[in-house]
Amino acid sequence: MNVRGMFLVGFLLLLGGSTYAQQPAAPPKLAPDPAARPDQQPQVRTPTSTGAAQEGFVPVEQLAKPEDRIPAPALVGTAYAFVWVALFAYLWSIWRRLSTVERELQALNRRAGTGSRSS
Amino acid sequence: MKRFFVPLVLLAGAMFVYAPFMILGAPYESTMGLVQKIFYFHAPVAMTMFLAAFVCGIASALYLFRRNKEADHIAVAAAEITVVLGSIVLVTGPLWARKAWGIWWDWEPRLVSTLVMWLIFVAYLLLRRYGGPGSERLGAGVAIFGMVNVPFVYWSVNLWRTLHPKTSVVPTLPPGLRGPFWFCVLGFIVVFVLILHVRTELERRRAAVEELYLALEE
Repeated sequence: MNVRGMFLVGFLLLLGGSTYAQQPAAPPKLAPDPAARPDQQPQVRTPTSTGAAQEGFVPVEQLAKPEDRIPAPALVGTAYAFVWVALFAYLWSIWRRLSTVERELQALNRRAGTGSRSS
Repeated sequence: MKRFFVPLVLLAGAMFVYAPFMILGAPYESTMGLVQKIFYFHAPVAMTMFLAAFVCGIASALYLFRRNKEADHIAVAAAEITVVLGSIVLVTGPLWARKAWGIWWDWEPRLVSTLVMWLIFVAYLLLRRYGGPGSERLGAGVAIFGMVNVPFVYWSVNLWRTLHPKTSVVPTLPPGLRGPFWFCVLGFIVVFVLILHVRTELERRRAAVEELYLALEE
């Protein structure tokens, strides 16, 4: 696969990922069913209900309030795109420099070969 | 290494394709929500940057004290990778901070020390590029200085009052967040090993070109 192809695959992955990330999550079930027993009622995991350390990250399956979820797809998309672009650009620059050095090396070897034959 | 190169390239490619799905499947963090997902690339890249800085510093020390040419080639390659990874860290961090802290940048210890470390390795590369004869040894000294900076960058969040999360975040990651995080760390380490191998090869060939030029001039 050439460099352009790899860029295309990376771009498509990013596009797919950001689209998936923007999909709204299922609304949290906050209102308990009055008919259900207390032990059958859905439990919403809130930061205060987990036993994680205070200074650590606290995951939630469903946020208690939808407005608590900070909409930041543009920032996340930009960050991921930058990582991909930076890595591919760097790999491309190494590949280009390697090709240049290889050509130079071959030219010098030819010169050295010619020089040794003439002397 | 040549025998493992192609399998490692395939492994790295597969990991990079699979990583976004793992990250998207990870639970949302309670206070930051979606923007916290930057963490899965930001922190592993920072850890790999530390690794690259250590490789550069150790290789530079080997060159400085034992005159090992191969170590010098590795040092140049690792320094360049440190700068690339540092650039990623310094760009993805503010993108995260904008949402989490409300600002792009703050002159607080973790951010400033990371910037200083990045500048030291930029200085190393400039020195190697434009320093002329003898810049290898000067550069080796700068690289060791850069490596010594790593523990300060790492511990800065615990030593001083900072906005940045402390080092306790990674060891206390809950299982849902831990899996994707360590998967990304492993992925970036594999990528680092591969790039280091290829970039060192470039440096070897450059040295061969220089030797040939010198031989032809004589």
